[in-house]
Amino acid sequence: MSETETSTVLSILRERFDAILDGWISTQSDEGVQRTDLFSHKEGREQTSSLLRAMITGIAEGDTGSRFDLSSEPWTELRTVLVDVTQERSARGVSPSDMASFVLALKGPIFFQLQELLADQAGELVEEIFFISRVIDAFAVYCTEVFIAERDRIIEQQRDQMQELSTPVVELWDKVLTLPLIGTMDSARAQEVMENLLETILQRQSEVVIVDLTGVQTVDTQVAQHMLRMASAVRLMGAECIISGISPTIAQTMVQLGVDVGEVTTRSTIRTGLADALNRVGYEIVHKAKQ
Amino acid sequence: MSAASAIYFVEGVLLVAIQEDISDTDILDLQEALAERIVRDSARAVVMDINALEIVDTFVGRILAQLASVSKLLDAQTYVVGMRPAVAMTLVELGMDLPESKTALSLSHALQDLRGKPLA
Repeated sequence: MSETETSTVLSILRERFDAILDGWISTQSDEGVQRTDLFSHKEGREQTSSLLRAMITGIAEGDTGSRFDLSSEPWTELRTVLVDVTQERSARGVSPSDMASFVLALKGPIFFQLQELLADQAGELVEEIFFISRVIDAFAVYCTEVFIAERDRIIEQQRDQMQELSTPVVELWDKVLTLPLIGTMDSARAQEVMENLLETILQRQSEVVIVDLTGVQTVDTQVAQHMLRMASAVRLMGAECIISGISPTIAQTMVQLGVDVGEVTTRSTIRTGLADALNRVGYEIVHKAKQ
Repeated sequence: MSAASAIYFVEGVLLVAIQEDISDTDILDLQEALAERIVRDSARAVVMDINALEIVDTFVGRILAQLASVSKLLDAQTYVVGMRPAVAMTLVELGMDLPESKTALSLSHALQDLRGKPLA
């Protein structure tokens, strides 16, 4: 056991564990961060007491003084418990500020206990309060970090999913590919879509590509630029590009923006685009009855 | 002529194969040799296979464009074939989309186009 600046706190936590635990829980409930709507009293109590036990281990073995470092070895157990509790709570919809208040609610009961014990030793009282306060603050900050990391992970995951969803290149017929664009196009997405498309042209030896804009809500200069670049790259690869699904509104916007599509073929619907594409590779769609 | 590129004359068409490690001097030599050959063989087209080319810069892009323009002046249509996706994207980024040359997926696609028949 290392020398500790918070020895009184440690003894309080050990000897008056239940009193502190009750105090912590009632402070949580006073501050309205107990969230009994999301957790039963039992669960809340279990989480709180496991935190408190891990904290005792941390204080007993770790350094709480000037060299306090939450990321050091003795605090491993506490960090694990904090991560578990935070993830559990965030999954059930507890906000980061509620989570921080939940941890910070521990200060009250500890301070009162300290005050009782060290009533006549003002110097020591201040010192203990100062150090333990810093430790508990670090817990709260750590919880917030866990929260943010969790959110980042979700955002990352959703972005990946969106990327996957947003770049399907479909082979409609021999030598005919289609790329239905959906949603908004930013530079990163445009790049990804283009790479995907060109690779597929190479693999399938496709001669015609239909880029369908039916699912694109708005076209601005940037989107138009990306489309034209894509068309140029497709041409350089040796295939042809047809842009379909240009709605009347989009056509007007493009003209107003002064976008010149140059030699790129444009079609109003994917239907006419497909007929044109099949025609170029030597197929024709014929109605059976009219044969 | 260096070993970094080779010119063949087939069916009135000059076939040019560019190697992966073509240097700036090689490509300048190629430009000169190609112009000579177009006139000497009275070629009707030039098909340039750049499939081996993995990296392009503005210099190579400019020479490719110049080759097409020179051929056009000498009455030969240029085809650039077998371009890799990364090369296509780079050329577009650089704003060099080779307006003077036709493009095709592969050598055989270009030859089919020259024979005026769709590929079976």
